[in-house]
Amino acid sequence: MANVPDELMYSAEHEWVAGDLGEGDEVTVGITEHAADALGDIVYVEGPAVGDTVTAGEVCGELESTKAVSELYSPVTGTVAAVNEALASTPEDVNGDPYGAGWIFKVELTTPAQGLLSADAYGELTG
Amino acid sequence: MTARRTPLYDEHVALGATVVDFAGWDMPVRYTSDIAEHTAVRTSAGLFDLSHMGEISVRGSDAVPFLEYALVGRMGAVGLYRAKYTMLCAPDGGVIDDLVEYRRDWDHFVIVANASNKDVVLAELQARAQGFEVDIEDESATVALIAVQGPASEDIVTRMTARDEDNIAVLPYYAATSVVLAGDIHAFVARTGYTGEDGFELFVGADEAAEVWRLALAVGGDAITPCGLSARDTLRLEAGMPLYGQELSRDSTPFDAGLGRVIAFGTDANPRGDFVGRGALEAARDAGPTRTLVGLVGDGRRSPRPGYPVVDEGGNQVGVVTSGAPSPTLGRPIGMAYVPPQAAEPGTVVGIDVRGRREEMTVAALPLYRRG
Repeated sequence: MANVPDELMYSAEHEWVAGDLGEGDEVTVGITEHAADALGDIVYVEGPAVGDTVTAGEVCGELESTKAVSELYSPVTGTVAAVNEALASTPEDVNGDPYGAGWIFKVELTTPAQGLLSADAYGELTG
Repeated sequence: MTARRTPLYDEHVALGATVVDFAGWDMPVRYTSDIAEHTAVRTSAGLFDLSHMGEISVRGSDAVPFLEYALVGRMGAVGLYRAKYTMLCAPDGGVIDDLVEYRRDWDHFVIVANASNKDVVLAELQARAQGFEVDIEDESATVALIAVQGPASEDIVTRMTARDEDNIAVLPYYAATSVVLAGDIHAFVARTGYTGEDGFELFVGADEAAEVWRLALAVGGDAITPCGLSARDTLRLEAGMPLYGQELSRDSTPFDAGLGRVIAFGTDANPRGDFVGRGALEAARDAGPTRTLVGLVGDGRRSPRPGYPVVDEGGNQVGVVTSGAPSPTLGRPIGMAYVPPQAAEPGTVVGIDVRGRREEMTVAALPLYRRG
């Protein structure tokens, strides 16, 4: 059973969100352990760039593993404030530490985050 | 329809494998890490469950003339306890399946078919056997196939035997032998594989499969790693080996894949009679290829994938990617593709449409990896 930290919020597209969720707050986004396990060894993360606008529920990048390519969705709406540049050289951090060193991008919210799932709800979604 | 399971399914689950559907079978795609499993085979040894593949036995006084009619290679030329890579083609020369055939006795051959094609291969062989004194039997349900592949495989398989140690070490490539493994288990062992490394494929009874699997893990210890389908695919891709459904299909001849050598037309000194597809294949040989299978290597981060278009400078499709993945050994994206013969020279730069963006890759001769 994949790990689902209680203190985070989740999207149905298997992203996690850390931080306060109000307008103007900055959140950190990554993919869940469940998603990373399904992909296998991730070799390339193509996320949004600093300054990009992202919209909740829309594709903002892709993750490539040995076996597959998966779209990366933004779970929130706002402006990208930072990206995890370390992933360019150590994409495997997404597999090894999906909730820590494997974070992908940070967003300054332009609208409050909506429709996110609690850890329990996400856990049910993924069995 | 529920997926089928090999006798080793419980072993895969116990090892924490991620199970996926493959040709209607529940198979392990990985146990831990695709890259770690791949690397284990290149540096030490990997353990593979191949029991989903089909085993068809051909036995009888007409076994040789029958196979020389039914398949494109000359099975009569295969020595006792030797194996041969061959193909079953349709009358129009299209490939129905690629196969490895093992000669177990003078009039007894075992054909290993891809899991996805076993039923079609069996039906074709039965149809082509009309008029020949042969018995064709589907042994797939009673036979399990386990592979040990990698530089440490010879040592591991030797130590799995009860008293036939020497037989394994001296086995030439594409030769086979019968051995007794620890636990008094009889195995037919061939020095064949699909990884580009030294390796062995062990045919054992289905009811002894779990015991052989665990024996391999116990004997191999840290030197052996269970490997799933993901590693199997990247290993064979690096080694330039075709996969039916990608490099090979019903719509292509062996020549398209650069494998015309599997067809034996015969010589003046050693003529060969008719075989299924002969006329069409002679015509294809004489006409020359309209496309060439090449290797691809990239310097970027994004990999070509099956079906991605090969495009010219103007973005027009001129070819198609048949396989592609990030290569664990080469550390860069690799692939195989069909391109026009004039674009097949190694060093040629081609464009690949990777999900809407053009990525450049360089044509390279196959195989992209050869064991050192």
